[in-house]
Amino acid sequence: MTVKQISVFLENKPNKLAEFTACLSGQGIDLRAISVAEASDFGIVRIIVDDVYNAVTVLRDANYICSVTEVLAVEIRDEAGALARIIGVLGENGINVEYMYAITTGKKNMAYMIIRVNDNAKAHDAFEKHGIRTVCHSELLK
Amino acid sequence: MERYYQPEIECASQEQIRAWQSERLVKQVQNVWENVPMYRKRMEEKGLTPADIQSVDDLRKLPFIDKDDLRDQYPYGLLARPLKDCVRIQSTSGTTGRRVVAFYTQHDLDLWEDCCARAIVAAGGTNEDVCHVCYGYGLFTGGPGLNGGSHKVGCLTLPMSSGNTERQIQFMTDLGSTILCCTPSYAAYLAESILERGVRDQIKLKAGIFGAEAWTEEMRHDIEEKLGIKAYDIYGLTEISGPGVSFECSEQTGMHVNEDHFIAEIINPKTGEVLPEGEKGELVFTSITKEAFPLIRYRTRDICVLSRKKCSCGRTHVKMSKPLGRSDDMLIVKGVNVFPSQIETVLMNQGYAANYQIIVDRVNNSDTIEVQVEMTPEMFSDSLGAVAKKEKELVSGLKAMLGIYANVKLVNPKSIARSEGKAVRVVDKRNLYK
Ligand SMILES: [Zn+2]
Repeated sequence: MTVKQISVFLENKPNKLAEFTACLSGQGIDLRAISVAEASDFGIVRIIVDDVYNAVTVLRDANYICSVTEVLAVEIRDEAGALARIIGVLGENGINVEYMYAITTGKKNMAYMIIRVNDNAKAHDAFEKHGIRTVCHSELLK
Repeated sequence: MERYYQPEIECASQEQIRAWQSERLVKQVQNVWENVPMYRKRMEEKGLTPADIQSVDDLRKLPFIDKDDLRDQYPYGLLARPLKDCVRIQSTSGTTGRRVVAFYTQHDLDLWEDCCARAIVAAGGTNEDVCHVCYGYGLFTGGPGLNGGSHKVGCLTLPMSSGNTERQIQFMTDLGSTILCCTPSYAAYLAESILERGVRDQIKLKAGIFGAEAWTEEMRHDIEEKLGIKAYDIYGLTEISGPGVSFECSEQTGMHVNEDHFIAEIINPKTGEVLPEGEKGELVFTSITKEAFPLIRYRTRDICVLSRKKCSCGRTHVKMSKPLGRSDDMLIVKGVNVFPSQIETVLMNQGYAANYQIIVDRVNNSDTIEVQVEMTPEMFSDSLGAVAKKEKELVSGLKAMLGIYANVKLVNPKSIARSEGKAVRVVDKRNLYK
């Protein structure tokens, strides 16, 4: 069970992030999640939206370079040690984490961790074995 | 077995070649002194008379001429023979201003066609071949040059001229063309069209002689693979004669200059100083056998390297590299010569689009160079590390090519300024020449 994340290339210049979000909101696209990673001269913005196809079309029309990646969304309780446990499971199974970020849920004391690993299927199985729940794209948007 | 059109000339000793060059240069200088007022005036300005030119070693004493001189002297100013001795003109496809018109006597045509014949034989041509010439005919030298060379070799010559791809392919299959002569871009287009029509197994091509525009090794491999041929480069310019000033042999590592007719020099484009063999600089030609339109030290603006390394084909004439750029575009950054075409080569090799801009600046009295490259979907990934790694590879690739560090900046597609649809390749903020 994976969710689709859109990654977008952004130049590291003032206003580029603002222009980017304005481009999406101008087309009525809501961001469910956004995370920014920066190198010295460029950045990669990762977003999760409800209609992936529509968002990618809008971005390409606006000359953005983007790609769609399957990532895992894991339910995480807002309590001590929960994140460490998830990372521990991945480590024990030899799965590398490329990056991760948290997003909120509608549920009380719950969050989702978006995790990009090198092997989605293996990570999914490992989580399942340890009773850690991954959610699909539609559940994430609820 | 390597074959030659004129083995005694093409494989002559270096001493013999120099002897020919010295003898012919001395005669040519005497000729232009007597018959072309502009040359005489230029020599007098430098305090020279023909007596100062005794051998090839004295060539560097003579002044240069360039395209502006040719335009100024249009149409008859550089003519060294009476018009009644001339039988042909050819002209450049200049896009701006006055054209350049070159004149030929029958003897000039004869020698030019010999040069083209050498190229065709080097590409494996014999009198059993069908030579398909789809360079343009007319004022452009491509068609007439290869056509004449093909006759000399004794090939069945198909004077197709350019265009009408349908007819080109039809003749190629019906008449069994074995050697294709055209621009590399048209060869690539023909290859695509042949594959699209599924007639690859009906063509008998074995070699191609492609010139008149810049092309890359990648393009060569692509054409060779698609058409199942060997693709040879040929170089020339109307001012000097036309195609066949130099041509590639089986080694495909540079083009042998026909040194019995043309003396090649490499100079520093800024100072005019002659550079030693192996150094990169502007190519200069002197035509020592031309009767009607001899040029002495003509600056081609093409940036090349000459090599006298022994060639496996047995030819002894000096080899020139493909033009690496134009001296008009040359930048000097931190004392190093930088050509936009070098940067373009690195970008293409690493999979980037050729949408780039070079920004040169001077910060704290030190030159800086930045290459802005438009990001492409192929080069992008969701991983910062992966993109940063590619960026680093580009920096090292540029360092290896240019010999200096260039900062790389990845930018959004279509963000590089274009004027009238053409990208501005170089922004020099140093104002060195103002
Ligand atoms: Zn050779």
